[in-house]
Parts: sequence; C-alpha cells; structure tokens
Amino acid sequence: MAGEKEKVVAAAGGCCLRPFSCEQGLLSRPDGSAAFLQGDTSVLAGLYGPAEVKGSKELPDRAVLEVLLRPKVGLPGVIERSREQLLRQTCEAVVLGVLHPRTAITLVLQVLSDAGSLLSCCINAACMGLLDAGLPLSSLFCGVTCALDPNGAIILDPTTRQEQEARAILTFAIDSPERKVLMTTTKGSCSVEEGPCFPP
Amino acid sequence: MAAAEACVGQVVLPGDVLLLPAHPDEDGERLRLGGGAAPRGRLLCGPGLRRCAAGLLVTKCGLLRHRQTGGGAAAGGAYWVDSQQKRYVPVKGDHVIGVVTAKAGDVFKLDVGGSEQASLSYLAFEGATKRNRPNVQVGDLIYGQFLVANKDMEPEMVCIDSSGRSNGMGIIGQDGFLIKVSLGLIRKLLAPKSEIIQELSQLYPFELVLGMNGRIWVKAKTVQQTLIIVNILEACEYMTAEQRKQALAKFSGN
Repeated sequence: MAGEKEKVVAAAGGCCLRPFSCEQGLLSRPDGSAAFLQGDTSVLAGLYGPAEVKGSKELPDRAVLEVLLRPKVGLPGVIERSREQLLRQTCEAVVLGVLHPRTAITLVLQVLSDAGSLLSCCINAACMGLLDAGLPLSSLFCGVTCALDPNGAIILDPTTRQEQEARAILTFAIDSPERKVLMTTTKGSCSVEEGPCFPP
Repeated sequence: MAAAEACVGQVVLPGDVLLLPAHPDEDGERLRLGGGAAPRGRLLCGPGLRRCAAGLLVTKCGLLRHRQTGGGAAAGGAYWVDSQQKRYVPVKGDHVIGVVTAKAGDVFKLDVGGSEQASLSYLAFEGATKRNRPNVQVGDLIYGQFLVANKDMEPEMVCIDSSGRSNGMGIIGQDGFLIKVSLGLIRKLLAPKSEIIQELSQLYPFELVLGMNGRIWVKAKTVQQTLIIVNILEACEYMTAEQRKQALAKFSGN
C-alpha cells in the first residue's frame, strides 16, 4: 500500500492525495455523525446540538461550540487539547452560532486509526458531521496536510512515515466559496518562501 | 453562483449563493425610474437560507424548493431548503408532542427535544380555570402548539387555539407507543395526502399523532398491531416507495 502510494505520488510530482471516503449518518444517537477516511487514517465524528448548555458556559448571543478529540487509546492529552482548540476555532468561523443563542453544540471526534495527516482528517470529519446535523453553516470547509521533505519538495496528505521524515508539516483549513484559509498550523520549520501552499 | 430559479429541485450546499431574478447582474447603481417596474412579489426566505448582498446564501444542505405565492411576480414566492435533520428547533405555530418533566407552580415543563424545555401554563387547556386544574402528571405526553418560539426566549406552549377550543390538542392517553424519527420523515408524513399514511390506513384502524419535533404516537387495537405500525413507520425512513409497498403487502395478507 505504502509502496504503491509512493509510486503514484512520484508520478504526480508529489501532489497526490490518498484515496478518501466518507459515510454520513452512521450513528443513531447523535444529531449528526460522519466517518472520514484518508488512506488508512480514519476519524469518526458525532455531533450534538443545538442542545441544552451544561454548567455556566452559556453565551447570551451565540451558541457554545465544544470540540472533544478522543485518541485511539488512552485519555486525551496536551496534543489533543491543542488540536481541539484549532478545530473549535475553525468550526466557529463557519457555524452560524448567532442563530441558536444560549445553546451548546458538541462535536466529538474519535480517532479510529492514525496513519498520518490526522488533523486534516479531523477537519474533514467535522465538516461532514456539521453537514449531517443540519446546522446552519456559512460555508463548507476542508482540511489538507502538507509535508516539506528535506529536499524542499511538497508532499500532500503525508503518511506517518513521510511525516516523520519531513522537515515541516503544515495543515490548512480552507473554506468552500472563495477558498480562503480559515486555519493554519505548522510543525517543524520552514521559510516564508517555502510556503507556496497558500492558495492563490 | 447560480440563479435561484435554475436550482429549484437540485441539491444545494452551504456557502452557495443564489441570485435572485429581481437583481439582474447589471450594475445596481442605476436607479429605475417611473412606476413601470413590475410590482415585486414578496420574497420569503425559508429554512436553510439567509439574505446576503448578492442574493440568497444557502446555510444547509438539501434540495432547494420554491413555491409561488399568489400574484405571479417573478421575484415573489418562498424559497427554502428541504433538509434531513434530527434535532428539533422550536418554531412558532408548530404542533409538537412534549413529555412533562416537572410541575413548577402554575406551569408545567415539557421536553420537546429542543435546546430548552418548553413551558405550558395549567390554564392553557380547554375548560381549565383556577379551580378546575387539568390532571397532568410528570411523564405524561402532551400534544400542543407553540405560542412563543423565539431563539432568545423560553418556548411557550398551549393546548388551546385562539378561540379557547382544544382542537385535538391536550393530554395523550396512557397507552399507545411513542417513537422518534427524523424531521424529514415527519414532514413527509404530514404532507397533504401522504402516501405512507394512506397505505397504512388500509391495513387496520389506528390512532396516530404526529409532532413536528419528530415524535410519533401510535395506538392500535392490540399491542401487536401497534408495534407493526411502529416498525413500518421507523423503517419508512430508509425504504423506497417500492420496498414499502412490498412490506405492506405482507401484512395486508393476514
């Protein structure tokens, strides 16, 4: 599988996504659910809302958005918390929370398997979950991860091995109508000139 | 961007902008003089759509629907997005089934499946007075209508219409069976001359209460018959018309 992908990627000049697929509405209890697969990475999203607010988090002018990222094993740690924050900010930019004030929207993301580009898979699963729940959105969004290998070439949708070898890993969230960047995060180091990943 | 009229009946996604015929692409700066302009019909923006500078912004995914309201002016009518959803958001005038969760002084608290519990005054029943209180217990099912449903306020329900008659609303009896389905299926069942209801009614007589919040209460002569109806209704969510007819043919045999 990995060898095959490398061959395909080499043919496409490094710009190739692994095959992806999505299933919506597969869980019966949440208001919206989606499973997103990118190669061997898969994330399951469950969405509840607009529901009653627990505790004193209630906001008088908009909905409270809560994102919970559950790792495959064990309890969520610092990395999960930081990704939750990024996902929450991305979703808040798109969800029209003002239409449902004093309510809570809870997004639970369960990692089923991590084979690289986990954050972009989470972003995609979140978008599909929001869509399935029928929440008011100003636009759709997608996530994509790029890795810069030591030679400076860009690899889209890297696998775990490619991520380990990479000099820098950049993740972007892009919205649908104007293809604007909603969120970006970097791991590793790269120069400003090396950031041509920004869409025109 | 596409013209709203061209997209009717097609799938639209959040972020799509629908152009309205009332705003042609030419520059909007120019003022139209004279009363020659056609009287523009009132445009109604239904669920899943918002007004924006360019026209209508889609906020939900689903099929775009349109209904002409009177007149015949090009820009008039109502546009909305027919989407499949599970969570109910209270809407004024909707008939729903609520479960009594608390009795707090002179109001009952009802769970209607929304983000907040709805309140129902004990005086909002037919024939209720200060002395003659309705017999409502915690856990009872109530079929009522939203009098106040506002995103900023607690929703308020009543079991009487504007003339003080119950009009079918009130406490639902002790027996029967309550199920929860998606809001899309409820709308399909409540449509005038719904095929599903007509086909089911040929099986055997039964009572049915449909709440816009996705709740269905069913009662037939026996528990077995009730459960059959319930199972068919639940399965309708995923069955095609053809599959449904086959399933119903099985039951109508015996």
